[in-house]
Amino acid sequence: MTLRDYAIRYGFIVLLFGLVAYFAIAADGFVSPQSAVFIFQSVAITGVLALGVTATLVVGGFDLSIGSVATSAMMAAAYVMVVLEQNAVVAVVVCLLIGAIVGLINGWLIVYMRVPDLLATLGMMFLLVGLQRIPTEGRSIATGMTMPDGSVANGKFGDAFLALGRHRFDFFIPNLIPVSVVVLLVLAVLIWFFLEYTRFGRMMYAVGSNERAAELAGAPVKAYKIWAYVISGVFASIGGILLAARLGRGDIASGNNLLLDAVAAALIGYAVLGAAKPNAFGTAIGALFVGILLQGLTMMNAPYYTQDFVKGVVLVVALVFTFALSGRGRG
Amino acid sequence: MIGNAVFRVEGLRKSFGRNEVLGGISLELHSGEVTVLMGANGAGKSTLVKIISGVYERGGGTMTLADLDFAPNTPAEAIRAGVVTVHQNINDGVVADLDVATNLTLDRLSGRGAPTLFNPARVRREAKAVADRMGLAIDLKARVNDLSLADRQMVAIARALAHQPKVLILDEPTSSLSSAEADRLFALVDRLREQGVAILYISHRMSDIRRLADRIVSMRDGVISGVFDTKPLDYEGAVNAMLGRKIHLDQIVARSSAKPVLTVEGLRIAQGARPISLTLGDGEVVAITGLVGVGKTALAETLFGVRKPLAGTMTMNGKPYAPRSAGDAIAAGVFLVAKDRATSGIVGGFNIERNVSLPFLKRMSNLTVLKRRLERATARRQIEELSIVCRSEKDEMSALSGGNQQKVMVARWMAQNAALFILDEPFQGVDISARRDIAAKLRASAHGRATLLFVTELDEALETADRILVMSEHTIVGEHRNAEVDLDRLLAEVAGGPLHSAA
Repeated sequence: MTLRDYAIRYGFIVLLFGLVAYFAIAADGFVSPQSAVFIFQSVAITGVLALGVTATLVVGGFDLSIGSVATSAMMAAAYVMVVLEQNAVVAVVVCLLIGAIVGLINGWLIVYMRVPDLLATLGMMFLLVGLQRIPTEGRSIATGMTMPDGSVANGKFGDAFLALGRHRFDFFIPNLIPVSVVVLLVLAVLIWFFLEYTRFGRMMYAVGSNERAAELAGAPVKAYKIWAYVISGVFASIGGILLAARLGRGDIASGNNLLLDAVAAALIGYAVLGAAKPNAFGTAIGALFVGILLQGLTMMNAPYYTQDFVKGVVLVVALVFTFALSGRGRG
Repeated sequence: MIGNAVFRVEGLRKSFGRNEVLGGISLELHSGEVTVLMGANGAGKSTLVKIISGVYERGGGTMTLADLDFAPNTPAEAIRAGVVTVHQNINDGVVADLDVATNLTLDRLSGRGAPTLFNPARVRREAKAVADRMGLAIDLKARVNDLSLADRQMVAIARALAHQPKVLILDEPTSSLSSAEADRLFALVDRLREQGVAILYISHRMSDIRRLADRIVSMRDGVISGVFDTKPLDYEGAVNAMLGRKIHLDQIVARSSAKPVLTVEGLRIAQGARPISLTLGDGEVVAITGLVGVGKTALAETLFGVRKPLAGTMTMNGKPYAPRSAGDAIAAGVFLVAKDRATSGIVGGFNIERNVSLPFLKRMSNLTVLKRRLERATARRQIEELSIVCRSEKDEMSALSGGNQQKVMVARWMAQNAALFILDEPFQGVDISARRDIAAKLRASAHGRATLLFVTELDEALETADRILVMSEHTIVGEHRNAEVDLDRLLAEVAGGPLHSAA
């Protein structure tokens, strides 16, 4: 391997460690279990969404609707518990169903209606952003709110549901690791194993690289594509559940940044280990990279409004790594 | 023949790297004559056309147009000088989102002296003049997107003719037209011939050639291998010159088979084509040959389940066989090495190992989890078997030569036992040694399955097959045992015409 190969392969990881080392020296208290957990927690929801969108990137597609699926799931969870007065299990099931159904519709639009992926999921994004506001006429959902018909919603978020956002597991230190971080790690391992070690994952990569070759090798290409969008939808709805559990209400103003952050993490993932292709491990590292950078900058008193700029810079640098340096330029 | 040629090419050469594509081509085109250029894939036809139309720079030789030196540096220069080319891909010649009138006058919208403002009335007036001159009866306000393929082609040609060319080159213009649509094109070509345009018509379709040709020029391996201009034209001679007949070094021993594997009855693969019936036996290698566009790939895809037949039944080892997808076919033991490996075979993102295992992942996994060790062992075995030249099974496909890439495609499907093994143009873009290796491997391993090859080049069929079937116009028109092949009859069948000699 030449120096250039090494740079492509390990450049991003080296950058990550460099960043950690720099903040460790420059920012007081950066190196602590609490700080580490906080970083993980801050990227947990976008990380889950990013892992889902990775599945669609693998089959050569894209899913712009993940952010709105997550917020729709959040609103649905709140509606089910607060207005319909159901328990946590019903709320979770409803959210997952929404994710799966949206994924199916996305897949159907793209595969059978032949709508280009970006446009189909963009349309779905608009549709969901609007749809989630209709049941409450545009109001956020919280216990005691007045409904459009004048009645008062008396249901409340179940304790079991709120625990998803607030419970912390003991890990050497009592009450250290929040549920959302555990969910992120479990899903990351699952999707990584699925994509790298199962025949379904392998076929999805084949579909993304050469659809016709995959078809002539006997793969049901359409089914694989639709499944990728279902995975993406379900992961996004899990993100929505975590968001609802963290906030404890259905807040129509939250979740604006989810889509862009998740997509950025997945695209940064292309550059990790010189993969030059969507991959679950890279996506997780990508999400972490953004989290560490923001946490470090915050602890060094960088103003909050510089955050998006920093994320953008990281993304552009990562894309240059992927497409220019490795010269493989496959998306 | 007729006085002076309006366009003359002499000693034209072209190489890409060390690969010589044109080895001294000389060609004459006469006013008011249709010269048909025939040549198999890779003979150098498109390179020749691209040099004449100013896309490529020539490597040597001269070109003259009306006795003046002709050396276009860009396509625009060639057009201005009066040499106009209509390329094979129709959509390259038209702008789909604009209307017919704008398309017809597109070349006047840019360049020096073009008006800054777009004047719809003037455009329509000019377009009408162009259309009338050609006898084009298409609504000038229609969007090209809404036109049929044939109409689009007419617009593309009309647009080319708006320059009033002296020489018109048509590159396989009928390849995507129906026969009724082609008739309209022929009428147009007749009209242009009367107007004194010199036409170079490139085609594989014998019916086109019989209908239009005044002269036939055959090309093979970058040189002119035959010129036919005495009436009646010798079509078989032209096909023979194009496909060539080299001396075979190793004559094969033709085997015959007792046990049928696949029986096809009454299979119709195209509207209006005669039905196909054939039987493929255990242990035999059968080659189906025929010109480009006679339905070879359609038949291969039908047998492999990715194309629906219009009628007919198939039987595999005594059981009815009606695959509805590639997956069905593979499950029944029918494997296909598809034509054009770059678009329908190679998965670019995968290394050799993963390309080999692609169709058989199910058989190489345990509860969906891949058995990576088995995968690697299979790849190594197949690399060995087909003597693929590479550093390891982890090599990227792009690092391999064309011949080795093709070997990987064959290795992929030979990793498991087939009942019927189909290869569509397996020797395209493959060097001679890899071709020998693949052919030898196919013959050596033929026992226990039926092997079916689709090849355009006759040599390839003669070198590998026990039996040779000839296709023409989407049906099978001849059968030969590869022992004492009557080449005259075979060539006549390829050319699709009635036999001259009583055979």
